[in-house]
Amino acid sequence: MELVAPAGTPAALRTAIAAGADVVYCGFRDATNARNFPGLNFSRDELAAGIAHAHARGAGVYLACNTYPQAGREHLWRQAVDDAASLGVDAVILADIGLLGHARDRHPDLRLHLSVQASASNEDAIAFYQRHFGVRRVVLPRVLSLADIAALNHRITVETEVFAFGGMCVMAEGRCALSSYVTGESPNTTGACSPAAHIRYQPDGDATLARLGAVTVDRFAPGEPVGYPTLCKGRFTPRGATPGTASGPRRDGVYLFEDPVSLNVEAMLPELAAAGVRAIKIEGRQRGRAYVEAVVAAFRRALDQAGRDEPATAGTLAAMSEGGSGTAGAYRRGWQ
Amino acid sequence: MSTTATTVTTPPPARLVLGPMLFNRPPATLHDLYARIADETDIDVVHLGEVVCAKRMPFIDPHLPAIIDRLRRAGKQVVISTLALVQGARETALVRDLTASDDWLIEANDMSAIHGLSGRPHVVGPHVNVYNPASLACLAALGAVRVCLPAELPMAGIAALAAARGAVAIEVQVFGRAPLAISARCYHARAHGLHKDGCRYVCGQDPDGMPVDTVDGQPFLAVNGLQTLSHGCLELSGWIDDLRTAGVTGFRLSPHSVDMVAVAGIYRAVIDGRMAGSDAAASIRPLLGEMPPINGFLAGGAGMAWHPRAE
Repeated sequence: MELVAPAGTPAALRTAIAAGADVVYCGFRDATNARNFPGLNFSRDELAAGIAHAHARGAGVYLACNTYPQAGREHLWRQAVDDAASLGVDAVILADIGLLGHARDRHPDLRLHLSVQASASNEDAIAFYQRHFGVRRVVLPRVLSLADIAALNHRITVETEVFAFGGMCVMAEGRCALSSYVTGESPNTTGACSPAAHIRYQPDGDATLARLGAVTVDRFAPGEPVGYPTLCKGRFTPRGATPGTASGPRRDGVYLFEDPVSLNVEAMLPELAAAGVRAIKIEGRQRGRAYVEAVVAAFRRALDQAGRDEPATAGTLAAMSEGGSGTAGAYRRGWQ
Repeated sequence: MSTTATTVTTPPPARLVLGPMLFNRPPATLHDLYARIADETDIDVVHLGEVVCAKRMPFIDPHLPAIIDRLRRAGKQVVISTLALVQGARETALVRDLTASDDWLIEANDMSAIHGLSGRPHVVGPHVNVYNPASLACLAALGAVRVCLPAELPMAGIAALAAARGAVAIEVQVFGRAPLAISARCYHARAHGLHKDGCRYVCGQDPDGMPVDTVDGQPFLAVNGLQTLSHGCLELSGWIDDLRTAGVTGFRLSPHSVDMVAVAGIYRAVIDGRMAGSDAAASIRPLLGEMPPINGFLAGGAGMAWHPRAE
């Protein structure tokens, strides 16, 4: 399986490749990619240098242009695809059917991957993108179980890529407007979920409230580590939940959508390979170089061990996980 | 070129649409609701079918033929909506069965349904991402005759798409909780300490979704099984004229446990020019129960906001 690593910056790109990534993925510094955060991403010159650096070392570069072109500003997205093609990326990762049509018509030799933001979660949806746009690979949404993925791979002829490690979107990607409900900006529109400019921390007695726009997303007790208030990872109070259950009514709220954990499939690599998965993707273009280096190196070692049928050196990634714990997420059906 | 050409544009005819029931309601409640819709409203189009959770289908499907018959006899066009999130072989087969049928017009809420419907007329639902004219043109070429736009589009985006509509009718949800997200995980089950596989259909306890508050007590969202909705209720009756001027011709009401006959009557009156938008907003307000009106997406800002109309 191919190891696909995040590169939020040129430094992260070089770090990921040195640590053993087969491919890095990155985006331009604007709304055309789903990690449009201040201080991240690439200029055209930086991408050109990154591609040269990667190719000289036998590695590849994918360019994510995976937000949805907003009416009236489509030129920004088309230009991103055109520039990526002329700079020589190994693939572009797209979600929007209009933009896929542009890429197909203008750059017939450009390799097209379907972004997780397109939410293609079944064989007929995948067949749609293959038939009309010739996509060569689909990044599967984080809603499918391992059994679903294995069955799917038997019935399709395009490559599949799955998320292996990092923050986990619990909603079907590309179908979530929670962030724009609160801030007016979302992954689909501006490429940002729970954008930092809308975040405010404020004291509440001895506790700390994490606010996003007009909404309190979490309250951290004194001494509790204060996390980033991503909407679906916050604590809320469902009215009418059954008393006595983990999510039962509590004044301090519960992790209704997802606990603060990271996805980690380190222990499942042989199963993913047997399921026909072609590539595994590490999430985290917003993370620093030390993180990228540690995670990529650990997965490089785990993939190499799995390839030699050696037992895995487990547990090396726990320290890198949110909340210090990992989950197999939707890959294990019990998560649902 | 006609010398009588005028620059005054008359908005094209508008249709009032009742969207699919998103909530887990008992069959008897559905029979009652659609009987009233058939007898007492000027709704033109009624969507049926399960959009949120395939597990609910066996309870509702046996009742659909009678409901469809009732609505058709009243002159309503019936459209069957498909699942928004299609996972696994069984759900894929369910969507295939629906899209293979010539008995109904189908609304696709996922690319798998569009794949099955390509080459013949169909409707595209709000769960398919249509943000720009190039995407709209692609769907039109595949046979889309009506497209209900995603909830988070601002007025400028709606207008750009409506201007590029060609033969495709453009529809906007103007009433009801906004669909914000869908997941493989059932949050209703999770809130009750259950898993999706043994959910006991607890979503049936909340006719408009389970209210979700922030830790400081502010009502925020509504959970409906796999789906997350806004707490606030989209209420665009005051903006119908603007939407029509932009070229929108479909106005979707998403059914809730409030008096939908009364809501439909008010929207119909606005569409027909018998009631001013500002009067409609005032008339609908008391019908909303605990749901505050919201319209922030239209202004391009936070969807949960309400911006009163500047007169």
